[in-house]
Amino acid sequence: MSDSPATMEHGHSPALRHHFADVEQQRNAASLGMWLFLATEIMFFGGMFCAYLIYRISYFNEFAAGSQSLQLKVGAANTVVLICSSLTVALGVRAAQMGKRRLLVVLLLLTMLFGLTFLGVKAYEWHREYEEHHVPGFGFDAKNLIEEHPKLGIDPQHAQVFYSLYFAMTGMHAIHMIIGVGLFIWLTFMAWRGEYGPEYYTPVENAGLYWHFVDIVWIYLFPLLYLIDRKPLG
Amino acid sequence: MFNNFPLWPTNASTIAGDVDALFIFLLVVTGLVSIAIFILILFFAAKYRRRPGIEAEQVEGSTPLEITWSIIPLGVFLVIFAWGAIIYFHERTPAKGATDVYVVAKQWMWKLQHEGGQREINELHIPVGRDVRMIMTSQDVIHSFYVPAFRIKQDVLPGRYSYTWFHATKAGTYHLFCAEYCGTQHSGMIGQVVVMEPSQYESWLSGGTTSGSLAQNGEALFQQLGCTTCHRSDVQGRGPNLIGLFGKTVALEDGRTVTADEDYIRESILNPAAKVVSGFKPIMPTFQSIVSEEQVNQLVAYIKSLSKPATGVAGTPTIGSPQTQPQNPKVQ
Amino acid sequence: MATAITIPAEREHYLNKEHGISSWLLTTDHKRIALLYLLSITFFFFIGGFFALLIRLELLTPAGDLVQADTYNKLFSMHGQVMVFFFLIPSIPAVLGNFLVPLMIGAKDLAFPKINLLSWYLYVIAGIMMLHAMITGGVDTGWTFYTPLSTAFSNTHVIEAGLSIFVAGFSSIFTGLNFVVTIHRMRAPGMTWSRMPLFIWAHYATSIIQLLGTPVLAITLVLVVLERAFHLCIFDSTCGGDPLLFQHLFWFYSHPAVYIMILPSMGVVTEIITCFSRKRVFGYHFIALASISIAVFGFLVWAHHMFVAGMSVYAALAFSLLSYSVAVPSAIKVFNWTATMYKGSISYSTPMLYAFGFIGLFTMGGMTGLFLASLGIDVHVTDTYFVVAHFHYIMVGGAVMGYLGGMHFWWPKISGRMYPEGWGRLAALIVFIGFNLTFFPQFILGYLGMPRRYWQYPPEFQVLNVLSTAGSTILAVGYVLPMVYFLWSMRYGKIASDNPWGAAGLEWKTSSPPTTFNFDETPVVTWEAYNYDEIPTPEEVAVER
Repeated sequence: MSDSPATMEHGHSPALRHHFADVEQQRNAASLGMWLFLATEIMFFGGMFCAYLIYRISYFNEFAAGSQSLQLKVGAANTVVLICSSLTVALGVRAAQMGKRRLLVVLLLLTMLFGLTFLGVKAYEWHREYEEHHVPGFGFDAKNLIEEHPKLGIDPQHAQVFYSLYFAMTGMHAIHMIIGVGLFIWLTFMAWRGEYGPEYYTPVENAGLYWHFVDIVWIYLFPLLYLIDRKPLG
Repeated sequence: MFNNFPLWPTNASTIAGDVDALFIFLLVVTGLVSIAIFILILFFAAKYRRRPGIEAEQVEGSTPLEITWSIIPLGVFLVIFAWGAIIYFHERTPAKGATDVYVVAKQWMWKLQHEGGQREINELHIPVGRDVRMIMTSQDVIHSFYVPAFRIKQDVLPGRYSYTWFHATKAGTYHLFCAEYCGTQHSGMIGQVVVMEPSQYESWLSGGTTSGSLAQNGEALFQQLGCTTCHRSDVQGRGPNLIGLFGKTVALEDGRTVTADEDYIRESILNPAAKVVSGFKPIMPTFQSIVSEEQVNQLVAYIKSLSKPATGVAGTPTIGSPQTQPQNPKVQ
Repeated sequence: MATAITIPAEREHYLNKEHGISSWLLTTDHKRIALLYLLSITFFFFIGGFFALLIRLELLTPAGDLVQADTYNKLFSMHGQVMVFFFLIPSIPAVLGNFLVPLMIGAKDLAFPKINLLSWYLYVIAGIMMLHAMITGGVDTGWTFYTPLSTAFSNTHVIEAGLSIFVAGFSSIFTGLNFVVTIHRMRAPGMTWSRMPLFIWAHYATSIIQLLGTPVLAITLVLVVLERAFHLCIFDSTCGGDPLLFQHLFWFYSHPAVYIMILPSMGVVTEIITCFSRKRVFGYHFIALASISIAVFGFLVWAHHMFVAGMSVYAALAFSLLSYSVAVPSAIKVFNWTATMYKGSISYSTPMLYAFGFIGLFTMGGMTGLFLASLGIDVHVTDTYFVVAHFHYIMVGGAVMGYLGGMHFWWPKISGRMYPEGWGRLAALIVFIGFNLTFFPQFILGYLGMPRRYWQYPPEFQVLNVLSTAGSTILAVGYVLPMVYFLWSMRYGKIASDNPWGAAGLEWKTSSPPTTFNFDETPVVTWEAYNYDEIPTPEEVAVER
């Protein structure tokens, strides 16, 4: 059974798959499929958000101290980087819709650049946390946290929970970003080949949706992890 | 195989009768409904079997019927729910003034301690007609304390206490099972609950009191509580070697150093996370309210004795070996 | 429409259109993918079944004398993992659903054929990982992976098994995604929601659960793997974590998972009962609504697996109450099926026998669920053989019977051949008898107090265990028979007509087996589902000729 695009002799778009009645149905199906997939991703991250919620309520002091130990400016800068990347993606979808091939390729490349910048900054942050002995399982030691906040009564065990969740959540997010960058490499290549235009830009739209989702997850992660309590703590 | 073939568990506690009553009610109700459905299906299958020339009669549905057979079951279910909830509330609310028994579950045994200090392994002696409350924790994985004859069960968790209680009504010996899969010998982690008449129980209590020196009792306690699992002197265990510890300087995980005096040892038993020895994981469970103050003293005495060489005996003492019997016990 | 019987070899259809291994391994035809799944899940069914036989053999005697304790623990753990994740969860959706969903709604294929193939490859990769974990030593945490046993105490291949199930989960998610989009977007003209077969409604509800529930299992397994591998601290109480959090996260998926396993079966049973009673289903909209309700309410009851785990009493009350609510839609279905038979014209074909068995055994299993939802009773019987009997009544007596009934019902459509009816009925009877003998004694064992997952047990439990083992050998025979005669029928079975049962449904309006693109022309639907008043029985068709 072949599902390669039909030739123009068939009188329909070469991108139409044979099991669909028309391009409209195909586009609707792809769109619904991507939204459903994003729903599954929400549930996936949801498990970790749930664990976070429960432990933050129980171990607030350790969470607050741990949060303050993260580099706020770096995290904020990273947030701006990701938001810019969502802008370039959205502009890219528009470029595809308008058939502007070169602009689309530039915007996709920019998006990837922003994404890689984010990942690089994240790696730098993780490295610094490793040096601070805040990575569970790799010489974790909460003593500098206790020294910085002597009045909070920090239990090193509870602090370890915060950092475990921090690395699990940002790690999962980073994996999704890496997958996103991989997706965009393929997308950029196809865009450069001229595969996308006003009649068919569904992959750009759907990949854009995925990228926006990963961005939104970070927009939730950033305040939950970095902004727990910015008042001076005891 | 055919000697003992029970089909119904013994009823030996106050709550068992309540549970059985609800169970029988459910048996009757669900049994009747199931039989009704089976009969209907067989009846329809026979009466409406395919015969040439006779067509099926289309019946689309009936909303009133649907509503009826939704509401009625729901009503019955709510009754069952309420009845079960009442029993459960009773089960989870220990009676005031109950006798406490402390339980430490570990792979793969039950360690029980009566308030008076009597210790048992895999066996629990209790009197008929008294409320008994179990205060339980686990040393490792999740276990579950289950006595079918009493119809009670409660998971036993590491790091916290779980509670259950019962009131035995019949003297006898009943199974104690671990009911939460806990590894290799899960099915071997069984024992018995021996329910005695009050007079027999009193004599059992007095016969089982501790005797001997503090350190001797402490050593017995040390073994009993499974301290030897982690605090070994023959190989590197999960906990620090306690031989020669008393009086020495100890380096802690957070960089501080302390002297291992009586206070240090006591705190390490009751709140081990407060001072974790450098190079070890904070895995020692707390013995708060498992050991009485008297027993903490026994343990401290024993550990102190590990720093004194045994007189006239060559070689170093090892934990758990017969040679650790102190030759000059000092009662403190 | 009745067509003349054609010999499949001369006519082109999906089985003979292309030959060669790559035409199968690279296919995007939903029907071929369904058969790929059929092969793989049958393979894992027999592996899981083999483990079950070993378990039952060990339990013939009170002492642990057949295998060592550790081996026994691995056997029941892997029996559960294989049967749940590699057999039951895919079974009907991946085989019958994949084959029939496009056919039943008049579509040429599923919405995303390549993702369908990817879904099978993910299953295969997961299966290979699980087999590797098994061969290199197995896993002994139980299929439930409770912490801290799984994260800190077990010495077995927890990480590999966990990751294998993670991958299998994505297979499940993609199947569900495909079905939801297909059902929403690719119904033939005239096929409104109210004209869809209830098999489709059942798969729609199942797919919603697969989509929303499975990712939670995925992240839970990931966290277990991370905790085990990197000593993260989330479920470990020795470093401030909470083992109960694992249980909540695990059961949040694993309870809806049981509805993934039963809803498709219920859909199959509706198709069979209507056909072999020649009747429109009683209460179509109620059954459709009941399927959706089960999916929704199924997400609200997970902690009824944790009544003795150490939850608060008030939480327990809430979950007990909600658990009773989810029983109501199931009851409605049983009543509706019974009412469908009323004034029907009933024939006792093999599929119908399986449907009868399903209703009987599912009813019993469901009723015992009422016992378990009751807090007072649950304290006594949870973690005993009562629970084991309960879920086997539903998953084996229910889901597997539905699966076998469906395989028999649609076998002519899938293969173009009829299976031998006499053998079919015999096997159904053997399964029914063997099943009841295996699992009914376990209810008694449970109330007596025999805990689950016990390698050895007190001697007074022996008689009931012997009965159970005897039943399991009979059950095994009942399962092997269909394998044999289905294979036999592919070469020697009677050639099937397009619609040998005279059944309603678009799948019966195309050839047996169908062509690759299912329909020569897209059907336009102008009739209601189960229009048995308009469809002649096969006997009437024969008489007419």
